Amino acid sequence: MSAEIAITLTVNGERVARRVEARRHLVDFLRLDLGLMGSHTGCEHGFCGACTVRVNGAIVRGCLVLAASLDGAQVETIEGVSDSGEIRDLQDAFIARNAAQCGYCTPGMLLTAADLLKHNPAPTRAQIREHLSGNYCRCTGYHAIVDAVAAVAAKRNGRATP
Amino acid sequence: MNEIADPGSIDRPNSYIGKSVPRPNVKKLVEGRGQYVDDIVLPRMVHVALVRSSLAHARITGIDGADALDVPGVLAVFTGGDLAAHCAPWVGVLAHLKGMKSAPQRPLPIDRATWVGEALAAVVAETRAIAEDGAARVRVSYETLPAAVDMGTALEAGTAIIHPELGDNLCFERVNETGNVEQAFAAAHKVVEATFHTARHTGVTLEPRSILADYNRASGKLTVYHSTQAPHMMQGVFAKHLGLPEGDVRVICADVGGSYGIKVHVYPDEVAVAAIAKIMGRPVKFIADRLESFSSDIHARDHRIKGRMAVDANGRITAIDIDDLTGIGPYSVYPRTSAVEGNQVVSLVGGPYDFANYHAKTAVVFQNKTPTSQYRAVGHPIATAITEGLVDLAAEAVGLDPVEFRRRNLMADGTYPRTSAAGLKFEGLSHIASLDKLLAMMDYAALRSEQERLRGEGIHRGIGLAAFIELTNPSPFMYGIGGARISAQDGCTVRIDPDGSVVAATGVTEQGQGTEAIMRQIVAEGVGVPIEQVRVVTGDTLTTPYGGGTWACRGTGIGGEAALQSAIAVKGAVLAIAGAMLQAQPETLDLTNGEIVERGTGRARMPLAELARIVYFRGDTLPADLPRELIQTRHFITKQYPFAFTNGIQASYLELDVETGLVKLLKHWCVEDCGRVINPLLVDEQVRGGIVQGIGAALYEECPYSSDGQVLVGSMADYLVPMAAEMPDIEVGHVETPTRESLLGAKGAGEAGTAGAPAAIMNAINDALRPLRAKVLAQPFTPERILAALGKV
Ligand code: FES
Ligand code: FES
Repeated sequence: MSAEIAITLTVNGERVARRVEARRHLVDFLRLDLGLMGSHTGCEHGFCGACTVRVNGAIVRGCLVLAASLDGAQVETIEGVSDSGEIRDLQDAFIARNAAQCGYCTPGMLLTAADLLKHNPAPTRAQIREHLSGNYCRCTGYHAIVDAVAAVAAKRNGRATP
Repeated sequence: MNEIADPGSIDRPNSYIGKSVPRPNVKKLVEGRGQYVDDIVLPRMVHVALVRSSLAHARITGIDGADALDVPGVLAVFTGGDLAAHCAPWVGVLAHLKGMKSAPQRPLPIDRATWVGEALAAVVAETRAIAEDGAARVRVSYETLPAAVDMGTALEAGTAIIHPELGDNLCFERVNETGNVEQAFAAAHKVVEATFHTARHTGVTLEPRSILADYNRASGKLTVYHSTQAPHMMQGVFAKHLGLPEGDVRVICADVGGSYGIKVHVYPDEVAVAAIAKIMGRPVKFIADRLESFSSDIHARDHRIKGRMAVDANGRITAIDIDDLTGIGPYSVYPRTSAVEGNQVVSLVGGPYDFANYHAKTAVVFQNKTPTSQYRAVGHPIATAITEGLVDLAAEAVGLDPVEFRRRNLMADGTYPRTSAAGLKFEGLSHIASLDKLLAMMDYAALRSEQERLRGEGIHRGIGLAAFIELTNPSPFMYGIGGARISAQDGCTVRIDPDGSVVAATGVTEQGQGTEAIMRQIVAEGVGVPIEQVRVVTGDTLTTPYGGGTWACRGTGIGGEAALQSAIAVKGAVLAIAGAMLQAQPETLDLTNGEIVERGTGRARMPLAELARIVYFRGDTLPADLPRELIQTRHFITKQYPFAFTNGIQASYLELDVETGLVKLLKHWCVEDCGRVINPLLVDEQVRGGIVQGIGAALYEECPYSSDGQVLVGSMADYLVPMAAEMPDIEVGHVETPTRESLLGAKGAGEAGTAGAPAAIMNAINDALRPLRAKVLAQPFTPERILAALGKV
């Protein structure tokens, strides 16, 4: 058992204040304390990327971040970016291209893809693969995901889908 | 009414079959608003953490949970002894696999641990974290027993017999024989032989195994939220082993985060959770963590196969002989067993080829490792790797290009129905058409000259082909005849609601393949409504027709036909009512786009919603004796053929770094024939996902063991899976040979990719290695093994 720590932070634009156990990681905090079930855990060791969320604008592995360290932080999850419409085009492309099968990897994959397009608006297929290579997907074989991300990049740049 | 039988009808209104319609249930998944088992929170829910065996084989001399119970929030500790009175043991055998044996298995063992990772005790607490704190304080005392670890010595005298009452460590043995192999080998122009290894690996579903069981003492009902592929089968299992009437058990399977065969088995720890829920009378949740998944999810494909092939002077295969050995862990997994994989290998080897003499033996042995069982493409990747590995060796021996050798030996198109040397019945396959299509897609000739040119520059590229067959649409010959309560039949109920919308409830389930999309397409077309008006219900034993679920590539072929037939029946019922209302013969009417129309002219007569309104709310205005059943159920089971075989062929193009042993995959192609394609978008992604799973087996995935039976996988850092950066683009093509067993004509498509990919990769690596006089035959083809083959390490 570990001591509880008080934190106040912003999650998807809402201010939340909680007392958390020192050992509670961010994804457990989101799921168990806030009921935000869109972030998943696939390994809790930092390998699979299913837990990817945004902290202060940068993507992180939620399983490797302790909630207690997030006093004052801005956290965004798949629910938040869905409601804001920020990644609607990526989500639509994933649906149209069947780039999500079981969907368990998808929230993490989408946030990682959005991060790529923020930093590199016109990535090559190899760059897309490279950037997504910390996100495990057992269902799709990745090809459809790469297609979907490439299509969104092209569209955002006003080019035809490659 | 049966225009669906004609693929040419594809551009009629509501013709969705054959089109790339996106999946209706994905929007929630891309927004993180699905509902996987771990997302469900119930009042008074408690959590289980399991204490697992740290030894491969040991007598359990005591389990002390006192310290665990001291942890605040820990509510109970259960051992095998505690659960014995509440749960009947099972034995994983099938009667039609002659001579097969296994030992009784319980949710938690009572006095003996038989593999590292076997659950021995369950700690129940208010949270998972507290349950883990408790589990760390449970003390198990053991007396170490000698372990049978190596399958190669499992049957030797001096090896510990895991279940002494069985007499030896042999679970099952089968010989499949046709013609005269010895004579054929004696008369052969050339004989090639090799020993292949496929590595013990596992499914690594991103969502781990998950179960939430809730028992209500007052109603006597057990509700199980389960990440499973077979809800009805699990309903029967929970009922039987927990002593409940089947009707008092409801299994609900909402979103499933990947399955691939991993989630179609009965896991002792999951049955323990259901038993604990019944004992405690409250909801009990268990979500496996990644570490325990590696030692408690089923493993698969632990085989060593000696094979040889005889070829005549014309480069025709005359005989194949294989000797397969596989280790399956200490128990055969219930109820599908652990012998099916070996059984499939001896049936599937040589499957695409036309030859007369066949001899195949499998020996399935017990060992103190994680139990193995059916995993995506069961036996196919093994059989295909042996067959295609021998085919390439034979082509080389007779000096033929691998393509030409295959062309001479593949079963010719237009020669069906026929039976293979291994005794498989084929209704209709398209090996040659598929080969031709593949060669065109990849531009084989151009690749060969590129390869040749680059060899001159010291760049080592390889091209590998792998033809395969795949068993789909299984009949009761797979499990039912062996006594397993696993339904080969499936059903679908289609109903029309008062607003004219359509609900289809199906016994097949969704784990991401697109089952709901496919059912929606079929039902929309069958009834004659816009696809947006159809909702599909899956994964609930209380509300869907009894069925087998989704495995062995049966969802579309079996469940889809049931959906089509019930949709057509509902349409018939609608038109009969419409006829009475419009004073027209039903045959002169049709239902398209949600409107009753005049057949032929298409003139609109009445919206379906108006007909439904009258049926439900103004039945008084209809003739008194008019049947008004806007709900119909139909079931489907294959009858003529035990299985609907599909076929296909894959190719891999890769580059080998002979200094590091690293393989770079450049491109992969697959042509497959799964009969009528219902949704090309979904089929292609099934194929691609399957191929990458096969690539994982070929290049990375292995659960290695120490000599004393410790599994040497602690995390995903030890067990490598395919990630985006290393995977190639994959081109998929189709040939369509519909099955005539159903109106729909669909066969399965989910396992073809996995069936062929490892063989294609192996052949491509060996093609690259050939000028260097090296070859690799043991999967995974790691840099270390490739360098060893090159004599560099
Ligand atoms: S759960 Fe965080 S990386 Fe896998
Ligand atoms: S869609 Fe299932 S793991 Fe990616």
